[in-house]
Amino acid sequence: MSLKHRIPVLAALAAVVPLALSACSGGSDAPAQPSGPVTLTWWHNGTTDPIKSIWEKVVADYHQAHPDVTIKAQPLQNEDFPTKVPLALQGAEPPDVYQSWGAGDLASQITSGKVADITDATKSWITQTTGKFGENWQVDGRQYGVPFEQHFVGFWYRKDLFQQAGITTPPKTMDELNTAVSQLKAKNIAPISVGGKDRWPDAFYFNYFAVRECSVDVLKQSVKAVKLEDPCWTKAAQDLKSFLATQPFQTGFAGTPAQQGAGSSAGLVANGKAAMELQGDWEPGTMSALTDDKQLDSKVGWFPFPSVAGGQGDPAAVLGGGDGFACTTRASKACADFLQYLGSEPVQTQLAAQGAGLPVNTVAAKSLKTDTLRAVYDYGTKSPYLQMYFDRAFPTAVGAALNDAVASMFAGQGTPEGIVTAVNQAAAGNK
Amino acid sequence: MTTATTPVRTAQRPSAPAVRARRKRPSLRKRLELVLLLGPALLVFAGFVLVPIGIAAFYSLFQWNGFGPLDRFIGLDNYVDAFTGTVFQGAIVHNLIIAGLSIVVQLPLSIGLAMLLNRKLRGRAVLRALVFAPYVLSEAITAVIWVLMLQPNGFADQVLKGAGLGGLVHQWLADPGIVLYTMFAVITWKYIGFGIILLLAGLQGVPAELREAAALDGASAWQTTRHVVLPLLGPTIRIWIFLSVIGSLQLFDVVWIMTLGGPANASATMATYLVDHGFKRYEFGFGSAVAVILFVICFVFALLYQRFALRRDTQGALTRMVS
Repeated sequence: MSLKHRIPVLAALAAVVPLALSACSGGSDAPAQPSGPVTLTWWHNGTTDPIKSIWEKVVADYHQAHPDVTIKAQPLQNEDFPTKVPLALQGAEPPDVYQSWGAGDLASQITSGKVADITDATKSWITQTTGKFGENWQVDGRQYGVPFEQHFVGFWYRKDLFQQAGITTPPKTMDELNTAVSQLKAKNIAPISVGGKDRWPDAFYFNYFAVRECSVDVLKQSVKAVKLEDPCWTKAAQDLKSFLATQPFQTGFAGTPAQQGAGSSAGLVANGKAAMELQGDWEPGTMSALTDDKQLDSKVGWFPFPSVAGGQGDPAAVLGGGDGFACTTRASKACADFLQYLGSEPVQTQLAAQGAGLPVNTVAAKSLKTDTLRAVYDYGTKSPYLQMYFDRAFPTAVGAALNDAVASMFAGQGTPEGIVTAVNQAAAGNK
Repeated sequence: MTTATTPVRTAQRPSAPAVRARRKRPSLRKRLELVLLLGPALLVFAGFVLVPIGIAAFYSLFQWNGFGPLDRFIGLDNYVDAFTGTVFQGAIVHNLIIAGLSIVVQLPLSIGLAMLLNRKLRGRAVLRALVFAPYVLSEAITAVIWVLMLQPNGFADQVLKGAGLGGLVHQWLADPGIVLYTMFAVITWKYIGFGIILLLAGLQGVPAELREAAALDGASAWQTTRHVVLPLLGPTIRIWIFLSVIGSLQLFDVVWIMTLGGPANASATMATYLVDHGFKRYEFGFGSAVAVILFVICFVFALLYQRFALRRDTQGALTRMVS
C-alpha cells in the first residue's frame, strides 16, 4: 500500500499543475443530466478481494439490468483518494461516482461545487436501505452521498491466549481490562497490539475514552462547533494517559504499522503474538491475509470497549464509521440510481456473505459470515449512539491534528491538556 | 590580471573576424536552429518546472483547501505559520542533521572504502558490485526491506544478539530519540555505493606517476593520501557533498514509508511535513508555502555552493556563462 506513496517533492509540486490548467470553476452551472446512454466513471477502493470481485460483478449485473448505463470502474488505492479527489474535483471531468467516508471530508469536498446534492433523488429509499446511518453523508441536512457499509470498533481478542492467561470472561469495565492486561503480562503474552506508526489506531483509544467520558449531547455539540470545551475531553485524555501508564502494548508499538505484514498489529494478533487489538469490524478480513492459520475465525472473539467508571457517556455508545459513495453533478440522477442498487438486497447480501464488511441494509445482516461478525453487527446497530471516528467527523485538518497529538502521547510526549489544545488550535487554523 | 588576460585576447584575435563574418550571414538560420533545438526543451522546462513553481508560490498566499475558489488571501501568513510551528522547525533541524551526518560519516566511509576497493585485491569486482547493489534498489523497496528487518526482535536484532551485541538492541523505529539515526543508517546503506562509485571514478584520475613520485620522495602512505590523493579527489568530493546535501534536504521516500515522520514527529522532514499537511489535511495553500520554502532553501544552497565551492571545478562553464 505504502509503495504508492513514492511522491518525490518535485512530483508533489508538479501535481499542482493540472489545477492551474483547468480553470477554477465555481460550480455555478446547473446539473445538466445527460439524456440517452450514460457512462458512469466509478472510483472505488476495492483493489483486493473479496470486494474487488464483488464490484466487478456489480458492474456487469448493473449494465445487464440497465443497458443504457455503462459503469467504468476504476479501483484506486485507499491512500490515493486524498490526493486524487481534490485534483479531480477541481478538474473538468471528475468521476461520476467516488468513494466517500462522509462527514468532514465530504463537507470539504462540497465547497468545490462539483458534488451533487442527491437529496431528492434518494428521498424515496434511503431511510429504508441505510436507516439512520445514511445521515452521516448529509451536510446541513442535504444528502451528498450514500453509505454501503458500516463499521464498528471494538476489541478483537484471541480466545486461546485469554484461556492461557486464565481470563474467563471478556472485560466489561476498564478495571477488568487492566486486570486482564496484567494476567496476560504475567504469562509473557503481549496484551494488546496497536499500529502506532499509522496514528489512527492510537486515536481509537482517545476516541473511545471521549465517547465514554462525554455525554452524547456534548459529543454532538463539540463535533458541530469543532471545539472541545467541556472538561470531559481533558478527562478522556487523562484516562488515556493512565491507561498508557499500565504499558498494555507490544514492544515498539510506536513504530508498528497497523495492517502491513505479519509484524503489523493485526498480524501479531493473527499469529497469536498478541492477545487483543482495538480495531474495526474489518479486522478478521485483514488478519486472515496475514496468517496461514485457516482456523483463525474460530479462535477470535470480540467485545465492546469497556465502560469507564464515572463517565458521563453512554456505556453502550459505539465508535465507528462507514464506506459510501458520493455523486458529482454531471450524471447525478444515474449515479443516485446506481447507489440505490448498491444498497439493495442482492449486493448487500454478497458484501455480508463474503466477509467484505457489515451491510447497511438490515435484510442482509443474516448473511454475515461468522457469528462474531453477527454479534458485532447486532451490538453496533442496537447501540443508542454511533460516534463517527473524530478524524472523519471533524474537518480533515482538525482530525489529523487530533490523531497526531494522540500519537505523540503514545510515543511518550505531550500532556492530556495538549491534545485538547491541539484540536482547538487546528480548528482555529493554526499549525 | 591584465597580464593574464592579454595573451588570451591576442590569441583570439586571429579568429575574431571569422567569427564576426559567420555571425552576420546565417544569423537568422542560426536563430531558427536555436529555437527549433532549444524551444521544445524550454517549453517543457517552463511548463513543468517554472510554471508549477510560480503557481505554488501563488497558492502559498492563500488559505485554500484545494476545492473551492481561491478567495481567502492571507499574504505571508502560511510562511509565518510554518516557521513558527515547532513540528516544521523540527523537520528543518532533522534535514540539517541528516545533511551534516552525511558529510561527517558517509564521506570518510566512502573515501575509505573507495580506496580499499581501488587496490588490487581478490574478488574486487564482486565487492564493488555488492557495495553498489543497494543503490540499484528503489527507495520504496529499501524502506520496506528495512521496516521488516528492524521490527522488534526482527532480523537486525537477531544478528546483533547472535554477535553477542544484544546490548545494542533498540526500538529502532519506535523510539523518538533514535528513529532519526535509524533513518540515517538506512540512507547510508542505500547511498554509500553511489558515493563509492563516484570516488572510484575520481581515483582513476589520480595519475600513478604522482604516487610513485611521492613514494620516491619517501612519503608515507598516509602522507601520499593526504597530500596527493585527497587534493586530486577534491572535485569529486565537492560534487558528492553537493548531491548529498541536496538529497538530504529533500529526503522523503524512505522516511515516509518507514515511519510516516513519526513517532511524535521525531523523523519528520520538510518533505514529509509537506505531503502530510498539503495532501493529507487538505491544506493546499499551506502545503504550497512549505514547498516554496523547501525550494528556496535548496535553490539558495545550490547557488551559493556553485558560486563558492564548485567555482574552480566548473570554472570554464561558469565564467563563460557569466561574461
